[in-house]
Amino acid sequence: MPKNKAIKKVLVIGSGPIVIGQAAEFDYAGTQACRSLKEEGLEVVLLNSNPATIMTDKDIADKVYIEPLTVEVVEQLILKEKPDSVLPTLGGQAALNLAMELEEKGFLKQQNVRLIGTTAETIRKAEDRLEFKSTMEKIGEPCAASLVVESVEDGITFAESIGYPVVLRPAYTLGGSGGGIAYDRRQLIDILENGLRLSRVGQVLVERCIAGWKEIEYEVMRDGRGNCITVCNMENIDPVGVHTGDSIVVAPSQTLGDKEYQMLRTSALNIINELNITGGCNVQYALHPESFEYCVIEVNPRVSRSSALASKATGYPIAKVAAKIALGYTLDEIKNAVTKKTYASFEPVLDYCVVKIPRLPFDKFISAKRTLTTQMKATGEVMSICDSFEGALMKAVRSLEQHVDSLLSYDFSRLSKEELLEELKVVDDQRIWKIAEAVRRGISYKIVHEITKIDCWFIDKLAVLVEMEQALRACAPRVAAGRSIDIELLKEAKRLQFPDTVIARLTGLEEGQIRGLRQRNHITASYKMVDTCAAEFAAETPYYYSVFGSENEVEETRGKKKVLVLGSGPIRIGQGIEFDFCSVHCTWAFAKEGYETIIVNNNPETVSTDFDIADKLYFEPLTPEDVESIVNLEKPDGAVVQFGGQTAIKLTEALMKMGVPILGTKAEDVDAAEDRKIFDAILEKCAIPRPTGGTVYTAEEAKKVARRLGYPVLVRPSYVLGGQGMQIAINDHDIDEFIGIINRIAQDHPILVDKYLQGKEIEVDAVCDGEDILIPGIMEHIERAGIHSGDSISVYPAKSITEKTKRTIEEYTKRLAKSLHVSGLINIQFIVCGEEVYVIEVNPRSSRTVPYISKVTGIPIVPLAAKVIIGYKIRELGYTPGLQPEADYFAVKMPVFSFEKIRDADISLGPEMKSTGECLGIAKTFDEALYKAFLGAGIKLPKFRNMILTVRDEDKPEAVEIGRRFEAAGYKIFATEGTAHALKEAGVKAIAVNKIEQETPNLMDLILGHKIDLVIDTPPQGAERAKDGFIIRRNAVETGVNVLTAIDTAKALITSLENMDIQKLTLVDVAQI
Amino acid sequence: MKAFLILEDGSVFSGTSIGAKKDMISEIVFNTSMTGYLEVLTDPSYAGQAVVMTYPLIGNYGITPDMESKKAWPDGYIVRELSRMPSNFRSQGTLQDFLEEQGIPGIAGIDTRALTKLLREKGTMNGMITVNEGYNLAEILPKLRAYTVGDVVSKVTCEEIYVLPGDGPKVALMDFGAKNHIAQSLNQRGCEVTVYPADTKTSEIIHSNPDGIMLSNGPGNPETCISIIEEIKQLSNTNIPIFAICLGHQLMALAHGAKTYKLKYGHRGGNHPVKDLASGRVYISSQNHGYAVDFSTVEKNIAEEAFVNVNDGTNEGLSYIGKSIFTVQFHPEACPGPQDSGYLFDRFMDMMKGA
Repeated sequence: MPKNKAIKKVLVIGSGPIVIGQAAEFDYAGTQACRSLKEEGLEVVLLNSNPATIMTDKDIADKVYIEPLTVEVVEQLILKEKPDSVLPTLGGQAALNLAMELEEKGFLKQQNVRLIGTTAETIRKAEDRLEFKSTMEKIGEPCAASLVVESVEDGITFAESIGYPVVLRPAYTLGGSGGGIAYDRRQLIDILENGLRLSRVGQVLVERCIAGWKEIEYEVMRDGRGNCITVCNMENIDPVGVHTGDSIVVAPSQTLGDKEYQMLRTSALNIINELNITGGCNVQYALHPESFEYCVIEVNPRVSRSSALASKATGYPIAKVAAKIALGYTLDEIKNAVTKKTYASFEPVLDYCVVKIPRLPFDKFISAKRTLTTQMKATGEVMSICDSFEGALMKAVRSLEQHVDSLLSYDFSRLSKEELLEELKVVDDQRIWKIAEAVRRGISYKIVHEITKIDCWFIDKLAVLVEMEQALRACAPRVAAGRSIDIELLKEAKRLQFPDTVIARLTGLEEGQIRGLRQRNHITASYKMVDTCAAEFAAETPYYYSVFGSENEVEETRGKKKVLVLGSGPIRIGQGIEFDFCSVHCTWAFAKEGYETIIVNNNPETVSTDFDIADKLYFEPLTPEDVESIVNLEKPDGAVVQFGGQTAIKLTEALMKMGVPILGTKAEDVDAAEDRKIFDAILEKCAIPRPTGGTVYTAEEAKKVARRLGYPVLVRPSYVLGGQGMQIAINDHDIDEFIGIINRIAQDHPILVDKYLQGKEIEVDAVCDGEDILIPGIMEHIERAGIHSGDSISVYPAKSITEKTKRTIEEYTKRLAKSLHVSGLINIQFIVCGEEVYVIEVNPRSSRTVPYISKVTGIPIVPLAAKVIIGYKIRELGYTPGLQPEADYFAVKMPVFSFEKIRDADISLGPEMKSTGECLGIAKTFDEALYKAFLGAGIKLPKFRNMILTVRDEDKPEAVEIGRRFEAAGYKIFATEGTAHALKEAGVKAIAVNKIEQETPNLMDLILGHKIDLVIDTPPQGAERAKDGFIIRRNAVETGVNVLTAIDTAKALITSLENMDIQKLTLVDVAQI
Repeated sequence: MKAFLILEDGSVFSGTSIGAKKDMISEIVFNTSMTGYLEVLTDPSYAGQAVVMTYPLIGNYGITPDMESKKAWPDGYIVRELSRMPSNFRSQGTLQDFLEEQGIPGIAGIDTRALTKLLREKGTMNGMITVNEGYNLAEILPKLRAYTVGDVVSKVTCEEIYVLPGDGPKVALMDFGAKNHIAQSLNQRGCEVTVYPADTKTSEIIHSNPDGIMLSNGPGNPETCISIIEEIKQLSNTNIPIFAICLGHQLMALAHGAKTYKLKYGHRGGNHPVKDLASGRVYISSQNHGYAVDFSTVEKNIAEEAFVNVNDGTNEGLSYIGKSIFTVQFHPEACPGPQDSGYLFDRFMDMMKGA
């Protein structure tokens, strides 16, 4: 029972699709909160448009609505479900903004629904720049000199009164979206115009620039009685100027004395008290590096990315406690789930050091600037724990899975000293590697600090690592002379978390020799517990991290069968939250079957790294050596790799060498699906056609194959996810370019060249038990083949293929799954041209669409797959094998992009995946489902009923028809000359506009005029992308205009707009499916 | 140079010598503060003890002007890693040099978490830090078992009276090993603070006609402070408002017939929640005590429980019935640690003003 008895039914609002600045951390927070509410016997209604989340599972909430997060939807949902309370503080900024709109409209009051967690007044005080500033002034908490402006003119006047540079922060935006630092008037105008438009309330804060100060954060909790505690403080290694989401962060702070620490802690408590927050809150400070002067940067009156990090860094379950506080409990009434002896009203202390490193998407957006600013760009992050800073940093680096394993991984040794000093000025994701190089060159800490403003303490720690590198390298002559290395040195290198591979590379020994030396001298990893209290109290949290040179605390458990579940690491484009969903469900399924479960993962944002998901959690890098140490201790009976994306799959071979049986589909069968020759043989045996193609290693071979097949061809590296490096080539020139790019990404595997077929793309996920298969449903992509499946709109059930084709797909799936001896999940992509079905890709493992198809069909395929892996047969599990009956509703999965966050990234879609997240539209009719999906993705039309149409020649016939329909819907169409001509010829009204290099008024003026609803721009295929189109698309995205780059998407959009009314949506409870 | 920490149960930790190169025998206690190592080192309550810091990285911000007394008091210092290069705008030197100057031997590079768990499970133990690789356990262990902290208040108290001028109420501060911030917290509120040595007679205090009396923190077993307890009895029979912290709190309870006992491993750190029973509010407090008042031995008509530790339910404060006396086990003067309970000094100010 909740403390506040009036609360019986709570609506929890989630954060929607994963975008940069709002990622998996809110699934973690929301899931934890929902479980916490249900624990109290409450009825929980959940709203979140993101189907890949765990929080939208029917066992997490009682009623689950995967519907667009718009005011209209929430209103209709409140009328339908009649909750007595709304909890908006666990769904990020998205949920908070929604709650505020509803409150301001008076709707909540009208319906007698209360906001719990925090009041509207509190949200306003914290979020509205003006109110926040005056509140801070009232309690004497300093803020940087600033002014909220609503026009560019006012911005200029103020900026010039306080002097450049100034920082710009739009009100109510995500991840600092639209913000930046302006060093002169021109930059100010640029950023300000954009920021004003992006802000929901048209306000931007112009602020004194405090770049270079220390950036410190405090996570604070407060209950309704006014008790407050700080959970954790964190220090950003990158000083103010880099968004905290893009900074390397350490917890607790390292360079603050008790005076500074307590000064800011007291300030944070004063602030949370004054704002009257009940729940969790994050306060960010800028602290002058050479005085006690500080400024409050920002307060988030809700659970945030930082609080997810603080939760994982300390073991203190912030979201869970915040939910209990929302129900009226006080901190001293809530048990500390870790110690079970103490209460939530105590401050965690750490006896270790935590380092977080952001995962940046520059490997996906090759054209994008790597520079880091106040605009967040990271898609995810990794965290690591160790008893030294150096160790934690080394572990975090290798957790990134970006082909980095040490401070040597980016090579700046070829730069001259002057060039290196210049490079140090560039604030990007390679900065610590540059600093390491500077240290190697003997450049003084002082100089490095003056350029980077990074505290000398951190520079010295990087120097410790560089010194170890040098000491190891100094062993090379000894090793070459046939001698071994000093054991004390090896011990110290391992204490600093140098991986064996790096030690081997530096000393010239073989990796196996290092391992042998370690084993003989008992230099092995031991594990310590995260217990919130630095061992002051006995704790039973099964949450561990590795150290070298200390006593092991973890006992090998015996009795039950033991399964090792490998997680999916940091969220990145192509490998998102879906795989965490799969890992968690797999863990739960094995636990239900009586297994002891062990999760290894390093992503602090996820549900899988919550310590109460598996029986044991190892917060560790997912490299062979790190996993082997765990295997040596735990001796699992088997490992599951098919649910953790490529991260886990890549460990298969290593696990087998360690003697750990792979549960489910065998490694050789996974290989068979990737190996062109073997796979072709299997297809032939199964009599399944595939687009013709070949396997090549060089550009010359590729061109030979391409000419044989005829252009266009699809070029891609094998063993990748998310279409990394995949491109459509239309001529030899493209091949040269693409193969060049592929080879830049470290790559031991061959390159595939296939005939490019333009047909319908179909996808299935299936469970196979070795004999039978179970296909929950067939999904059809709206965009034709050539656009990555992750970036395509996906429709269930497939609506434009015949029954006969469906049976063919079912049959092919069965043949393939059986031939590959699949035990568990398989994902297959087909191309359908007429009645012909071709296989284009087979992945014998879980896929991105698994959560989506599970939810919309109500068939829990991850638990089913897990049971099949354990040995059950599909028939025993209550299912009739084969393709399951189709639902009587439509479900549309829509990709969501974060293009506005990544400067200079090309937004046009192709075979390389670019979306960061997804949302769902589900309804009785296809049109409504589609409409909801667009709405969920943020495309809310019409506004001004103006659009721009500019298409490549081959799309013109279809563009004309689309234009006609938009015209009928009341749109005024602007088009570039060729497109306009085509439209006019067909009798569609169009206004021809100049291209951007032509004189004004041109396309750019139109876009910057802020009166355009939509740009439809289909770029020509191949590498010859017009610069013009690129600029149009970038500018449109950055000014918040919807841009579609595929003709099929445009057709789908007009279809949905023609038939729908936002006020008359039917809401579907997917828990009933 | 190698160093060894030997505990009375025979456990040996080997690490690197830090600070002074000499042997020491002391009671080993752990502190969980993540910042404030200098305040801990200079807190006179650690006299007679050697301190283990549970946070692994110590010395990061060097030696700052934040000493809580004129010197460092612990007999020994035990850390996981001593920072080789401090960085802070106020840093005047390294912790390594400071320990050497202060003549404090220490050990680094040991598994402080394993040590802390040992102390938690077995209770506070005596131990030895030595740099002698040829140590002989059979000789050492009986010595360790024989060690007692003894009378340490007389070692840490000031030798002569001194005054911090102010134009507000006059406070007599009994120095049993006071941290500077007790006097400073009063002085900042305008008090004229006169600091007296621990053996000052009641008559002298009363003669100076103070508006309030402050009993400080201090080291050791409170029961051994027999003569001080006698003086406190007399002080508490005057009408002068009294506020006591830590050892002062324990001595006041003893003066009223209550009993104290030794905690298994004490409370030392900056994260202990205490509940103000009058308001129901919980505050995070700075703590450093190995003994506690057994509230069940406090006569009902003498004092009420004012604060309780939320974690283990031990007594954290008393309010004496019918008297202007209140005492707390924790440290409202903070330094190191949270400043949440600083309001207690305001309460004392109000008492002195007769509010």
